[in-house]
Amino acid sequence: MNINATLIGQAIAFLLFIGFCMKYVWPPIMQALDDRKKKIADGLAAAERGKHEQELAEKRAQQVIHEAKEQANEIISQAQRRGNEIVDESKDSARVEGDRILTSARAEIEQEANRAKDELRSQVGSVALAGAAKILGREIDDKAHTDLLEELVSRI
Amino acid sequence: MASETTITTSDYIKHHLQNLTFGEKQVESTAGNWIPTGEWGFASSAQEATQMGFWSINVDTMLLSILLGALMMWFFRSVAKTVSADVPTPAQNFAEMVIEFINDTVRGSFSGGKNELVAPLALTIFVWVFLMNLMDLIPVDLLPMAVAQGASALFGVDPHHVYFKVVPSTDPNATMGMALVVFGLMLYYSFKIKGTGGFLAELSFEPFGKWALPINIVLETVTLLAKPFSLGLRLFGNMYAGEMVFILIATMYSASLVLGSLAGLLQVGWAIFHILIITLQAFIFMVLTIVYIDMAHQHH
Repeated sequence: MNINATLIGQAIAFLLFIGFCMKYVWPPIMQALDDRKKKIADGLAAAERGKHEQELAEKRAQQVIHEAKEQANEIISQAQRRGNEIVDESKDSARVEGDRILTSARAEIEQEANRAKDELRSQVGSVALAGAAKILGREIDDKAHTDLLEELVSRI
Repeated sequence: MASETTITTSDYIKHHLQNLTFGEKQVESTAGNWIPTGEWGFASSAQEATQMGFWSINVDTMLLSILLGALMMWFFRSVAKTVSADVPTPAQNFAEMVIEFINDTVRGSFSGGKNELVAPLALTIFVWVFLMNLMDLIPVDLLPMAVAQGASALFGVDPHHVYFKVVPSTDPNATMGMALVVFGLMLYYSFKIKGTGGFLAELSFEPFGKWALPINIVLETVTLLAKPFSLGLRLFGNMYAGEMVFILIATMYSASLVLGSLAGLLQVGWAIFHILIITLQAFIFMVLTIVYIDMAHQHH
């Protein structure tokens, strides 16, 4: 328990330890602590920002979905309208086409009938004559009766 | 060699309270009259250590305190080398916990603006003093016995004349050495911040104004000088008393079986209580240092 040079030695050791601590220990660890603080603050801010952005994105997505739905509805109704139109149009054109086919067929039929009538008309005299000649069994003056038959034919 | 067989309780306690002192060897020519031999070596008795005067050194105090300080610096330096702002390792976590605690304390007590020294100073004081105090929890006879037996085996010296004090902070040289450094820092900052005139004015014109100048100087000088003494002697006193209690408990072991088992209980209880004291004393030394240096920064 004597005061001796240990006092000085201890003071020097103490000073050396303080110097070492001040130079090589405190600054790097403090730096790391500050860095971590900053990192955490940045991370929290980024998280906040991310959350905000996500909210915005969700809102935007909802809007897009809404718009898409509206558009889809519009397209569907348009398509329905267009479909109805097409059906109507095709119905109309079919009717017109049908009518056209019908009239042309009718005209053809009429033509055919007329032609047949003409042919019949042209052959009926000779057939009648031949028939009459067979029935009468005798020769008839072709010339004298042709006029009579012509008149008959024209009356048919 | 008669003391080998009959060690009284008083001898035991004295033996434990004596540092391992290295200095110029002294011999007692006549009773109470010591003369230097011119040889250097370890003191073989408490009286011889006293006679060695100022230019001798307590090897045990120096050795253990520097060892503990180096241990502390090695630990913090190894952390500082690999420190990162990412997920910390357990060692880094522990170092950061200590440093955050010191940093908070410094910020709470120190208002002198930016100062690169105070926080590392506080860290050094707290951890170093804590480690030195912690040696108190090692059973009182373990290290002294080991050193004495080792010295006797290696150098053939009488183990009863080998002294070894384990707790550096029970040596007033250690605590006062630290307090002197703190005192030097206080003076340095006083002169630096207030200027020579400002510092002297503070010593002369407070607390009673300029008409009571002599009284002021006496009061302020005493106040100033009381700071390092209270700092160093508080730590020394607390640790010395704590160590003394451990030694007294240890003397009970040889008394009887009943006293011995009581001593076991007492030792455990005192050790647990002492954990609080050693931490508290390290903390007080640190906080007072911060406060003193903060006061050196303040203008009046």
